[in-house]
Amino acid sequence: MEKMKLVLVGNGMAGVRALEELLKLAPDLYDITVFGAEPHPNYNRIMLSPLLAGEQTVQEIIINDLGWYAEHGITLHLNKKVVKIDRKACTVTAADGTSAAYDRLILATGSKPFILPVPGNELNGVVSFRDIADVDAMIAASQQYQHAVVIGGGLLGLEAAYGLKLRGMDVTVVHLAPWLMERQLDRSAAKLLQTSLEEKGLKFLLEKRTEALLPAAAPLPQAGEGTAVPTLRVGKVRFSDGGEVPADLVVMAAGILPDDALARSAGIHCARGIVVNDTLQTFDPRIYALGECVSHRGINYGLVAPLFEMAKVCANHLAQMGIARYNGTVTSTKLKVTGIELFSAGDFSSSEHSDELVFHDAASGIYKKLVLENDRIKGAVLYGDSVDGSWYFQLMRDGADVSAFRRTLLFGQAHLGDSGHNPETRVASLPDSAEICGCNGVCKGDIVKAIRDKKLYTLDEVRSHTKASASCGSCTGLVESLLAHTLGGDYSEAPGKKPLCKCTDYTHDEVRAAIAEYRLKDMAAVRTHFEWKTPDGCPACRMALNYYLLCAWPQDYQDDPQSRYINERAHGNIQKDGSYSVVPRLFGGMCTPHQLRAIADVADKYRVPEMKVTGGQRIDMFGVKKEQLPAMWKDLSDAGFVSGHAYGKAMRTVKTCVGSAWCRFGTQDSTGLGVQLEELTWGSWMPHKFKLAVSGCPRNCAEATIKDFGVVCVDSGYELHVGGNGGIKVRVTDLLCKVESEAEVLEYCGAFCQLYREDAHYLERTAPWIERVGLEKLKAAIVADPEKRKALYQRFLVSQQPAQIDPWKERANGAMAGEFAVLRG
Amino acid sequence: MPNEQSNIVGHHYVQPNLRKNGAIMSNWTRICTLEDIPRQGSRVVESDSGRIALFRTHDNEVFALADRCPHKGGPLSQGIVCGCKVTCPLHNWNIHLADGKAIAPDEGQTATYPVKLEGGAVFIQL
Repeated sequence: MEKMKLVLVGNGMAGVRALEELLKLAPDLYDITVFGAEPHPNYNRIMLSPLLAGEQTVQEIIINDLGWYAEHGITLHLNKKVVKIDRKACTVTAADGTSAAYDRLILATGSKPFILPVPGNELNGVVSFRDIADVDAMIAASQQYQHAVVIGGGLLGLEAAYGLKLRGMDVTVVHLAPWLMERQLDRSAAKLLQTSLEEKGLKFLLEKRTEALLPAAAPLPQAGEGTAVPTLRVGKVRFSDGGEVPADLVVMAAGILPDDALARSAGIHCARGIVVNDTLQTFDPRIYALGECVSHRGINYGLVAPLFEMAKVCANHLAQMGIARYNGTVTSTKLKVTGIELFSAGDFSSSEHSDELVFHDAASGIYKKLVLENDRIKGAVLYGDSVDGSWYFQLMRDGADVSAFRRTLLFGQAHLGDSGHNPETRVASLPDSAEICGCNGVCKGDIVKAIRDKKLYTLDEVRSHTKASASCGSCTGLVESLLAHTLGGDYSEAPGKKPLCKCTDYTHDEVRAAIAEYRLKDMAAVRTHFEWKTPDGCPACRMALNYYLLCAWPQDYQDDPQSRYINERAHGNIQKDGSYSVVPRLFGGMCTPHQLRAIADVADKYRVPEMKVTGGQRIDMFGVKKEQLPAMWKDLSDAGFVSGHAYGKAMRTVKTCVGSAWCRFGTQDSTGLGVQLEELTWGSWMPHKFKLAVSGCPRNCAEATIKDFGVVCVDSGYELHVGGNGGIKVRVTDLLCKVESEAEVLEYCGAFCQLYREDAHYLERTAPWIERVGLEKLKAAIVADPEKRKALYQRFLVSQQPAQIDPWKERANGAMAGEFAVLRG
Repeated sequence: MPNEQSNIVGHHYVQPNLRKNGAIMSNWTRICTLEDIPRQGSRVVESDSGRIALFRTHDNEVFALADRCPHKGGPLSQGIVCGCKVTCPLHNWNIHLADGKAIAPDEGQTATYPVKLEGGAVFIQL
């Protein structure tokens, strides 16, 4: 059966995108013919600005090269402007006589620049900024001439002006309104924008009405229109107030008009654009139209995101699925001028029903304004810091009620606060439905899925698979953060990902996965399995593998002391003079006179030179010779002490405050709970050191919110906080959840410990681990899924059985004697 | 690997300051058995010329070095042994067991002592 014929008039972004969408849905339904008035294959018109600025080349902005058309069997007529549609015969005819028959026709003729109806607008050197030919003309002019005037201080005009400035011209932007981008910005943001553009060397003339363009050669302006000689070049711009500026190049960027001339000539209903319904059909049912040339519900769109939404709908109907509808688009804007962050969306004009939230720091060049109506975002203008643009845009489109966090709304999503401050974690906390790429309508969920399913590792791969950040590129940072975030956790098979150490090309995660999957139970097996490059490893992998094996096989694996750092091998902290320190465990920081006396006796007996109360609420004895350790441990062990593990990548201490037993503010028994927690967790080997604390009330005297696992007692129960760090880089915990009983605290704590033990890389503390994998992963395993939590907790208890055999007592009784005894020579 | 022989090892580099009275000392001292030193581990030997770190590698080669890192005097005996190198526990310098030299980019050298294995016993020439 012969295929139906589909003809596309207009080889631009909207039309070709419709073909792409169609080919996905119904690759063999049509014989396709495309007419393009320009000599180029389909290119990314948004990238004209970077092209002009010299940041991209023509080749780089081509979306589909000629090979793509050939591959899909599309007949392509370049340089052929369609001038006639015969709706009875169902044919189109180009200016050169080429014609094609259609069963279905798509009109995607785009828009044409609005050329001011002023005398001299036909002079040489007067251009618009719509296609590659315009850019070529502008670049040519910049090489020959000095003065450029851009008429129009909107998005397009500013980008043109910036590009010309980079090309070395002296550029003046002339604008009719009192401030720049008046449709997207309010006066304050526009002022900041103008200032930074002025710093980049642009000049502005605001509230100027252009009256005439004057030729360079003619000494006097012509009296009327129509007398100018077309070969003359423009030389000046004159304003209605009589002022003039020199101009060797005039760029008309005062707006665009839908190009509906062809449709009109064919008798298709037009009204400031080709009128289409919600399926993008024109009044002739065989003819569809989309893009900037259409009028949908009375609106013309000039941004790329709506065009692409239209393309999906149009393709759906052409593929005879007939279910999609286009309901219009809420648009947002970003300015593509390097070094300027600007975001604008929705309606930001205030009315009596609306409230404005404004943050204005002129010195730092930051301005944020949100317009709310009934606690819902109606409009947003961000200048200088636009990271939260997509979040506000999402809230706006969802019509979300923001009353709950209205007071901190302006500080952005990070301030809502369940994790970190970098863009990566901000992205992490976006919902899957959050739109990342506005141009192509790609949501976070789509990108994450593509990264996972297709194993994408680079920005380019994500671009080619999802189209995210492939159009205007302003969401590139977000996509990169998303990539980092997604790969960081579950997927680390990326080429170029960090290997475990120099002995192998495999990563921590790969090695751990193989230990479990292939039941590798000793280091030699791991090295053989992965074809280690060194016969017996290096300190880095030996320590990591020893830990991974111990964690995976707590009952079976024989710990290798020679793969332990000396502190863990000698169960003391090596000091800079080679002596060791001894810290007996004081559960929950609680102690008795008997215990303190025993410590004092030991210190006397072994002539401990110095003692100190530690930050973890215990007592440190310094300067002990290694040979003395077993004997000293024997005395401590006899007095009831066990090792404090103050030396290990292990659970360290539980710091507590006084709690309800004595403190007039205490809400719960923080010391009692601390002792229970320490009894549960002591001895556990971890990827890195691990500290706990229990505070008896929100005054938080035990500093629980900078611990790996912190409990803050409140009247109604216990808040569980995780991922804090008081080290080089202080990090406050994230709130994991709140529970009601001590039993739950213990279970959640054990589950958290075990998840950290099983998931984090060796030598990765909980803070960077959580920032890498995201708090959501923890919540999913520990809070949302009781089964998983209980399983984790059980595994933790199993691993604790061998771990809670006190290493000091073992050694006091003669184990590892050679480690401590000195030979005579 | 500095030596092909499987059980008698060591190396024959002797620092001048280890020779007493201008004559090469040949007093081999029995220290312990090979089994007394953990594989990929070490023992500390107290001698008249200071503490000596006695190492046994994965391949059962034995080396003796002054128990002082050339960097800041850290006890090399407490380091992790990989191949024929030991990593100082204080600042992670890597020292060749064979010649006591620090591995580039670090620079420095620790004194070494001749060792030999005879009938399962370890001797150091002091």
